[in-house]
Amino acid sequence: MQEMNNEKRPLIVAFCCNWCSYAGADLAGSSRLSYPADVKIIRVPCSCRVNPMFILKAFQRGADGVIICGCHPGDCHYTTGNYYARRRMSLLFSMLDYLGIERERTRVEWVSAAEGAKFSAVMNDFASKVAALGENKRLEDLRCKE
Amino acid sequence: MQKIGVFVCWCGSNIAATVDVKKVADVLRLEPGVVISETYQYMCSENGQALIRNAIKENGLTGIVVCSCSPRMHEATFRKTAESAGLNPYMVEIANIREQCSWIHKDMDEATEKAIVLGRSAIAKLKLNAPLTSGESAVVKRALVIGGGIAGIQSALDIAEAGYEVDIVESSATIGGNMAKLDKTFPTLDCAACILTPKMVDCAQNENIDIMTFSEIESVKGFVGNFKVQIRRKARFVDEKKCTGCGVCMQKCPSKKGKNEFNMGLNNRPAIYIPFAQAIPNVAIIDPEQCLKLKNGKCGLCAMQCQVNAIDYTQKDEIIEREYGAIVVATGYKPISLENFNEYGYDTYKDVVTSLELERLMNAAGPSDGHLVRPSDHKEPKVITFIQCVGSRDTSGCGKPYCSKICCMYTAKHAMLIREKYPDTEVHVFYIDVRTPGKNYDEFFRRAVEQYGVDYIKGMVGKVYEENGKLMVQGSDLINNEQVVIPSDLVVLAAAIEPNPSVRKIATMVTASIDTNNFLTEAHAKLRPVESPTAGIFLSGVCQGPKDIPETVSQASACAAKVVGLLSKDKLKCNACVAHSDETLCTGCSVCANVCPYGAITYVDKEFRIGGGKTETRRVASVNEAVCQGCGACTVTCPSGAMDLKGFSNKQIMAEVDAICKR
Ligand SMILES: Cc1cc2nc3c(=O)[nH]c(=O)nc-3n(C[C@H](O)[C@H](O)[C@H](O)COP(=O)(O)OP(=O)(O)OC[C@H]3O[C@@H](n4cnc5c(N)ncnc54)[C@H](O)[C@@H]3O)c2cc1C
Ligand code: SF4
Ligand code: SF4
Repeated sequence: MQEMNNEKRPLIVAFCCNWCSYAGADLAGSSRLSYPADVKIIRVPCSCRVNPMFILKAFQRGADGVIICGCHPGDCHYTTGNYYARRRMSLLFSMLDYLGIERERTRVEWVSAAEGAKFSAVMNDFASKVAALGENKRLEDLRCKE
Repeated sequence: MQKIGVFVCWCGSNIAATVDVKKVADVLRLEPGVVISETYQYMCSENGQALIRNAIKENGLTGIVVCSCSPRMHEATFRKTAESAGLNPYMVEIANIREQCSWIHKDMDEATEKAIVLGRSAIAKLKLNAPLTSGESAVVKRALVIGGGIAGIQSALDIAEAGYEVDIVESSATIGGNMAKLDKTFPTLDCAACILTPKMVDCAQNENIDIMTFSEIESVKGFVGNFKVQIRRKARFVDEKKCTGCGVCMQKCPSKKGKNEFNMGLNNRPAIYIPFAQAIPNVAIIDPEQCLKLKNGKCGLCAMQCQVNAIDYTQKDEIIEREYGAIVVATGYKPISLENFNEYGYDTYKDVVTSLELERLMNAAGPSDGHLVRPSDHKEPKVITFIQCVGSRDTSGCGKPYCSKICCMYTAKHAMLIREKYPDTEVHVFYIDVRTPGKNYDEFFRRAVEQYGVDYIKGMVGKVYEENGKLMVQGSDLINNEQVVIPSDLVVLAAAIEPNPSVRKIATMVTASIDTNNFLTEAHAKLRPVESPTAGIFLSGVCQGPKDIPETVSQASACAAKVVGLLSKDKLKCNACVAHSDETLCTGCSVCANVCPYGAITYVDKEFRIGGGKTETRRVASVNEAVCQGCGACTVTCPSGAMDLKGFSNKQIMAEVDAICKR
């Protein structure tokens, strides 16, 4: 994060499924395992609820990185949701890459409700990778900003 | 105009030590729509909730945001608070400023700033919330139990005792399952038939219980409280209502060379048979593969003998449909096939038997009338060697990686019973570890060693081969660090147990999940051990994991308690955050139904006005709110943007993204 001056910290949106990853984030909290405050979590019922539109919107609005966290494959609360998420996101991310949003700015991770330590480690790693890339300007759309 | 109230919790010092709660409340007060913004030490306490209630009433709030601990902790609490003040419970949003803010950040400015952003994001979402009501669905007050072993029997009896109707569907010709085959049972050594058959009779006599044997589940539709199940009642060629179980037909049947399944194939039975003397129902059944009349039309002796005209060679499978509120899966287990374990010679030598076969050989109602003789020459064995863990705790891929849990105890039981009844018999047991936790279990095992002089050898067996009419068991003795060869007359293999293979089909039909070993998965390994993750499906007995009879019965009763809890409700509240399709946008493309894991989406033809007084009929998606679990898979897949999820709508989530990204 040193690369960015203090005025411009990276902005990271994390979509977490309610059953595994959001609970994993809570566990990171109750275990006091820190990660940068740049990460802001949005709770969704399942990783398959994440519409590519949400991610495009985030980048247009100036997010520097977007991460989607869900239950491990095979453990989805809704049986198959994370498989849909995985397929959709790999398509979307390669398209974003083509548009100039580097692969390091997008990520899918499986974090269970028991993996507080993993949640924190993933967020630390993701935030530092995103910070190293600097600000995201490629999709930023001033019209989307007030 | 919306009137939003913001309530920022200190959580003692949990939040207030790192987040400047006053500042958060002050900043959020300036957000458009917010009319009141307050802090309190413990918002979840009675006083805190009273503060919220009063604020709602005094200010006529249309929605509230609570900045506090995780919604997984207290969302339900604050929804109730709102409801008690007359607000719709879904007009509540939580900003998680404890687990996801104060507890992980140290810098006060940074944490305060983040808390403000999270609060703003919750406000932005709340502005798009709509009051939701969860639907209700009626509960059919009848339960289905699949499998009639001791697990299914116990669950059914308990449910029936509580006053509800219950059907047992059993695939074989009688209920009783594996326990009916056992001789005596550890840890008390009472005979299995003496404790099981009275329960079987109770089932048959209980007015609330309907037993359907020789029947299979054909299809399962519906959802918790409202399952529609098709059951195939396979043709047994004997009218169950007429047959008195006299058994005359069995004596007269000329085709006597069928393998007796109940005796593990150790002797034969006629083509028309009653599985065993205490079978429930005590009704004959014809094996069509073996019956001369059914195969080539010649014979018909049994029909001539039957006094009550119960025989019906033209009987056909029948499919019936019934409705249930809850389904119990109790499909039990079977010993694994030993084809991967040729080194023990099970397929080669008649006198290498499995433990379940030994149960029949020792059982007074078994093929040798309880006289323990070896299958090959019917002579009494003088040296018996047991091999434990055959296919259990096996990570080589030939067997099962798990411990079958019951084999240490039943092997000790077998060894003890043999030494008791035939004191001059020498008994050896090869084991990897002896695992006997449980009340009076270790004492039981020690009795086998100390009192009955059973020779326990720690080590694995390499192979079993024949020499001079003896079965040579070659293995290692790890304690004395030597190779041993034991010339034996009978070798008994404690084969691993595995879930009944048909459980895969059942699990698919009821959408229950199974693990890599085909055991059914519980909703929570510790806290919800008798429920499947699918609502309305319950687990009883070994189909969930290896267990002995005491454990099976406890689980079966626990399962029944859960079923009764469900059936005692007249209506079930459904999840309010369900999918909903905008019929003006939906093109009826069918994509959404394909991704729904619960089959919640169907299509209906609807008439729409298209102007000029004309109408058109279009096919549109319709979500069954009682079935939808609210995952949202369909919303993203919908190419027309018609499908959306209540409580987590596209607009709501976009608003959260906006609020977070606003710098
Ligand atoms: C050799 C041996 C000795 C044992 N000795 C003891 C002992 O001494 N003490 C003790 O406590 N435990 C003992 N056990 C364990 C005991 O057998 C089990 O704990 C008990 O039988 C489990 O009961 P269950 O109802 O879960 O399964 P099961 O007895 O297997 O019953 C399952 C039933 O479901 C039926 N079924 C299966 N699939 C379907 C389907 N798709 N549709 C309809 N019906 C279906 C089956 O036909 C069966 O009737 C022993 C086990 C073995 C192998
Ligand atoms: S939200 Fe999930 S469960 Fe509900 S209809 Fe859509 S896909 Fe099915
Ligand atoms: S995917 Fe969308 S358009 Fe297609 S049927 Fe479902 S709701 Fe209608």
